[in-house]
Amino acid sequence: MSQETGPATNPTEQVASFSGGPSGFKARLITLLYTMPAIVPLFVLLLAVAIFGILLGDRFLSPFALTLILQQVAIIGIVAMAQAIVILTAGIDLSVGAVMILSSVVMGKFSVDLGLPQEVAILCGLLCGMLCGFISGVLVAVVKLPPFIVTLGMWQIVLATNFLYSRSEVIRSQIIAAEAPLLQFFGRTISFGGANFTYGVIFMFLLVLVLTYALAHTAWGRHVYAVGDDPAAAELSGVNVTRTLISVYTLAGLICAFAGWVLIGRIGSVSPQSGQFANIESITAVVIGGISLFGGRGSVAGALFGALIVGVFTLGLRLLGLDVQWTYLLIGLLIIFAVTLDQRIRKAAA
Amino acid sequence: MSVKPVLAARGLVKRYGRVTALDHCDFELLPGEVMAVIGDNGAGKSTMIKALSGAIQPDAGVIELEGKPVTFNSPIAAREHGIETVYQTLALSPALSIADNMFMGRELRKPGIMGRVFHQLDKPEMRRRARGKLSELGLMTIQSIDQSVETLSGGQRQGVAVARAAAFGSRVIIMDEPTAALGVKEGQRVLDLIRTVKARGVPIILISHNMPHVFEVADRIHIHRLGRRLCVVRPEDCKMSDAVALMTGAMRAEDIKQSA
Repeated sequence: MSQETGPATNPTEQVASFSGGPSGFKARLITLLYTMPAIVPLFVLLLAVAIFGILLGDRFLSPFALTLILQQVAIIGIVAMAQAIVILTAGIDLSVGAVMILSSVVMGKFSVDLGLPQEVAILCGLLCGMLCGFISGVLVAVVKLPPFIVTLGMWQIVLATNFLYSRSEVIRSQIIAAEAPLLQFFGRTISFGGANFTYGVIFMFLLVLVLTYALAHTAWGRHVYAVGDDPAAAELSGVNVTRTLISVYTLAGLICAFAGWVLIGRIGSVSPQSGQFANIESITAVVIGGISLFGGRGSVAGALFGALIVGVFTLGLRLLGLDVQWTYLLIGLLIIFAVTLDQRIRKAAA
Repeated sequence: MSVKPVLAARGLVKRYGRVTALDHCDFELLPGEVMAVIGDNGAGKSTMIKALSGAIQPDAGVIELEGKPVTFNSPIAAREHGIETVYQTLALSPALSIADNMFMGRELRKPGIMGRVFHQLDKPEMRRRARGKLSELGLMTIQSIDQSVETLSGGQRQGVAVARAAAFGSRVIIMDEPTAALGVKEGQRVLDLIRTVKARGVPIILISHNMPHVFEVADRIHIHRLGRRLCVVRPEDCKMSDAVALMTGAMRAEDIKQSA
């Protein structure tokens, strides 16, 4: 029956994505970049590792140096996962760093000052992060305020709460080790052949795997992309946009709280002053990682590559003895390059 | 009348402040027919359609689905009753694939533990069904079911939206201006699609401003004027110019042969 419907089955009517346009290498490259936007940051990452490897030799290409980069990147890498899922919904979360610190302070204060069992203190810290994210989510999804404004406000509120509650006092590493060693769990290390993998680094990789699975293979993940792509269309297709947005911001808060836990493992102590630039650094990683700030495009693996690129540049340039400002300069160039590329790909595909 | 309507509305009233958009409006859709709804801008036809698709709730009046009174609090509620709407904006997510879009909001999960515990989607099954639906409607000129919707032409996008509605719309499909944004050729293909869906026994409500298209595919034409049904005519009894005259009030309903 369908064969009789006339022009609809005319084979010459085929309109494939690029069959009418330019073919050959360039078109195929664009198609590839379009379907797998994480390839560009992966390429840049491998290129950077190769260049620093040639310039620095074993000082850079040793298991020790490479795993050191992973350790230095772990915190921002984890926070970048939180940032990535929010940006996929065409939002932004400026409060990620503040939520991370407040959560770590709650874990520290609850276990050391209040004397709660360390497991309970950690649970309270994680719940604190979730609550912060949930509030942002409700303000974005129900009250319908712009994410930028909501999280700008939350950033100030959470950071101020953190300083007021902690009185800006550091809880020292020895005290934590004695009273709540579980807080330093993610600082523990698996070592072999000079390579040191902290539990924090392993957690970061596991988180990327879990999020990649959830985004690609569950209905929730498809809804996250649909909401970021076109919320009105998603709503009409039967997606609960409000619930999806709240779940994303809440999950981002939880991931930030985990980052706070990993942060305690990394620095040993609980410090209300640390991690203040995590919001900007996580946005940097996400953008370099090829996730579109307009939502709906990109992958969390890309965000991980973005964070690793920053880590490689930081360590590589330091080992070369260059001023740290060169790192910022290069990262700045990369951000602009990444956004330019994103715009190009979107235009070529549309 | 011997045939019972699939979807009927009686005495629908909808007011927005002091404006009466629907003024005791009636509507009837018979099994297997293409019912076009035409009317001047502001006549209230989209308000009526929104009431039928659950997007708004009328202040008064009843909607009956296969003889039973129903109330739709949302488009989702109407969908659960087998009434699917193809919106003028299509409501597709451009960056997602055809299969993703067709099952958006009602995804299938893998059977067994992967689906129950890990919520894993049954992508092969969704692809298979999406492909099946598209070829059933003669739309398999689309190369790959994994193609993102933004790589499709306007007509193909319309096709995906219609295929989605046809895949789930068991009772009624409502199409809002499906040919408005399309070229001549693609518009024709959408009309073919409407005929195909109709041949499969699902009645269609077609809202359109395009008179040639309406007269080409409609079995009956509901002419809407001043918030209510002015008359229902058959395209063979009525010239296009008469329909426009009725719509604008230049001709009275008594002067034309009306459909039963």
